[in-house]
Amino acid sequence: MTRIITVTSGKGGVGKTTTSASFATGLAQRGFKTAVIDFDVGLRNLDLIMGCERRVVYDLINVINGEATLTQALIKDKHCDNLWVLPASQTRDKDALKEEGVEKVLAELTHQGFDYIVCDSPAGIEHGAVMALTFADEAVVVTNPEVSSVRDSDRILGILQAKSRRSIEGREPVKEHLLITRYNPGRVEAGEMLSYKDIQEILRVPIIGVVPESEDVLQASNQGAPVIHQKESDAALAYQDIIARFLGEEKPLRFVDYVKPGILKRLFGGK
Amino acid sequence: MSLLSMLFGNKPKTAQVAKERLQLIIAHERDGGGNADFLPDLQRELIAVISKYVKVNPDDIRVSLEKQDRYEVLEVNIVLPEKP
Repeated sequence: MTRIITVTSGKGGVGKTTTSASFATGLAQRGFKTAVIDFDVGLRNLDLIMGCERRVVYDLINVINGEATLTQALIKDKHCDNLWVLPASQTRDKDALKEEGVEKVLAELTHQGFDYIVCDSPAGIEHGAVMALTFADEAVVVTNPEVSSVRDSDRILGILQAKSRRSIEGREPVKEHLLITRYNPGRVEAGEMLSYKDIQEILRVPIIGVVPESEDVLQASNQGAPVIHQKESDAALAYQDIIARFLGEEKPLRFVDYVKPGILKRLFGGK
Repeated sequence: MSLLSMLFGNKPKTAQVAKERLQLIIAHERDGGGNADFLPDLQRELIAVISKYVKVNPDDIRVSLEKQDRYEVLEVNIVLPEKP
């Protein structure tokens, strides 16, 4: 049975695409046939983060309009088996994203035997974001420990509960997961940053993981390989834990407690 | 934060301030604080109905939604024209 997972946030720049890329890669690494779709029509970026920007020929809108087949548009990931990328259109306007068209593409992916479809939502609460969450079975709400991001996450949760097919048809509601990124345990300890517990208490959504602020995220996007590939990176380990929890494994949260730098590190600096 | 202010605890940590502000605004917005989208439509339709019977200016009808503790008060204020 295919599951559709929407990665959303309301606010821009919090790590939706970074999360979509690593989440889809993590599922594929576990052996699940996975597709990741960029819904940000006009501002596509998932292709860059996945490192397949030079192989884009057709896109989601081409498939919706019947100008290309789904098989022609899907790009096989070069880092990882079982993983395909469906890029967004860079040129069309976002109204080209028709609900029936999206439904058709998702149905065809289901028919092709995909286990998971990860939908990378655009920022905002407009048409593109609504299209990305309409058919969701599960939603990963990406939030930064910062007031505007938390408020926008609450807005998008409201929209999820109002506009998803599952809600409209009165089926079992979309399963929500809270994913906190750019977390800095030192600043939380100092009382300068909302803690993950605070955010969870405010949003009342079960937490799937906390990704620490990490320099590796930028390095990963520079190279076009999702950060989950960077061995030894805290961010990669955090995303691997997130995949494990998503698949039902018990994993205690890591990288949420402040570790005092050792004397050597304090003397000689370093990362 | 200096040792003195830590000792006397006179300044709340900003994360705590953030949490309290968020709890307030989100509770308000979930409660439908941001949900009064129907007011402009209501105002337009009221003007249309009343105009059928009395000649009024669109500016003479005011609709507002106010929150008083646990109640919401919908106030409609219509100024009728003076008899010529």
